[in-house]
Amino acid sequence: MNQKPEKLIDKKGLRLDGRKADELRPIKIEVGVLSNADGSVYIEQGKNKILAAVFGPREMHPKHMALADRTVLKCRYHMAPFSVQERKSPAPSRREIELSKVIRESLEPSIFLEYYPRTGIDVFIEVLQADGGTRCASITAAALALADAGIPMRDLVVACAAGKVEDSVVLDLMDTEDKVGKADVPVALMPNLNAITLLQMDGVLTVDEFESAVNLAIDGCKKIYTMQKEALRNKYTEAKEVEE
Amino acid sequence: MASVITRVKQKQIEQLIAKGKRLDERGLTDYREIKLEQGIIERAEGSARVLLGKTEVLVGIKVEIGEPFPDTPNEGVLTVNAELVPIASSTFEPGPPDENSIELARIVDRGIRESKAIDTTKLCIEPGKKVFVVFVDVYVLNHDGNLIDASALAAMAALLNTKMPNYEIEDGEVKITSGNTPLPMNRHPITVTFAKINDKLIVDPWLEEEQVMDARLSIAIDDDCNICATQKGGRGYFSPKQVSEAARLAVEKAQEIRKKLDW
Repeated sequence: MNQKPEKLIDKKGLRLDGRKADELRPIKIEVGVLSNADGSVYIEQGKNKILAAVFGPREMHPKHMALADRTVLKCRYHMAPFSVQERKSPAPSRREIELSKVIRESLEPSIFLEYYPRTGIDVFIEVLQADGGTRCASITAAALALADAGIPMRDLVVACAAGKVEDSVVLDLMDTEDKVGKADVPVALMPNLNAITLLQMDGVLTVDEFESAVNLAIDGCKKIYTMQKEALRNKYTEAKEVEE
Repeated sequence: MASVITRVKQKQIEQLIAKGKRLDERGLTDYREIKLEQGIIERAEGSARVLLGKTEVLVGIKVEIGEPFPDTPNEGVLTVNAELVPIASSTFEPGPPDENSIELARIVDRGIRESKAIDTTKLCIEPGKKVFVVFVDVYVLNHDGNLIDASALAAMAALLNTKMPNYEIEDGEVKITSGNTPLPMNRHPITVTFAKINDKLIVDPWLEEEQVMDARLSIAIDDDCNICATQKGGRGYFSPKQVSEAARLAVEKAQEIRKKLDW
């Protein structure tokens, strides 16, 4: 089942799933999918299926963690036990704890935290199915869920990875490319501010390759940004139609 | 890590940096003095202590026999853990590793793993059954900023100092024999951390600079000047231009340190 494919890129320059180097996987975004959450988003990117929910601003819990001058953003990235090939224990792994931290830090610059002192905002991310690039899809979904919750933001945050597969720099790595490929560079961006809010990398890249991977990821982010805004608009145009 | 810094000091640091100066009189891209000592814990298979200015990190390596991961049956296992022990700072509390120590351990791990610093194929005893497991335990003794670079340096120094036990296989049982061999090492990654303060990049932030920084960026560089790991941290952001600037400067700084340490 987990056989390594021989070639990740064929003679025509197409990837395992027939994509070109700079092509994104199909993306579907839905806003307002959970009725109990203040904001919620469902995203599919390739075989990734992820739910993000936002609660708050609400009373900070635990209370002593509240800050007098701003709200506290809390974030939990969590993978369902059935989201990967071999069952993942539901207890938070070290990877999930690290990802929760970097995702939170990628969202924080976008929020006017100082508008809601002494409160807390919770972002919960549940990965229902993982297919490589879950942290990026999670950020795209979580930022949109924050907007759906009506939290004032400087810009949406959108994320996408680029990496190196065989000898090419490619966009939006899927699971196999991520595992067998040479490098993975996830990037989160606030497109209107041209601000990178998440940047990680593993693998080996020359400085020039690294730069082109970051730039390719930024281009990918900008494409997803359009879909993100479209999804948000869709929710409210639909709501309007119902009212009428 | 809760931290408090007065507004006056914050302003002072920011204004100095705008003028290209720092409170401790370093240039914006200068490291603090690096002191390195190896083999100071006799019970450990390898150890090293690094002083980066007043930041002090001790790394101990234990090598044990264990099972390989199913997807890499012929390779040894690397495990990195970091402890922010309460003696190192008034802001560190006892208890299980928090997100800061987990992030620190994973950044150090990524630098070593992705650069293939250890030749893990030489750590296999019996394919699929027994391999050497290398435990890297990062112990922060004094926190004065830039734990990432200090820990990465100390971990590499300790690995370079590590001796594996010799062994024989007798009736399918592994028997440890006398003597030892150095841990097979291929590469020497060096991690360079930047802080962004007032839209300027500085290298090797110390504690007070970390307390006022908007964001930080760590970049690991291998022996061929390739990038093998990066991590952005903190509540702020970087422009794409700053990321490129940091990547190029990291290569320069890593080479400087490599020369100094003769790695």
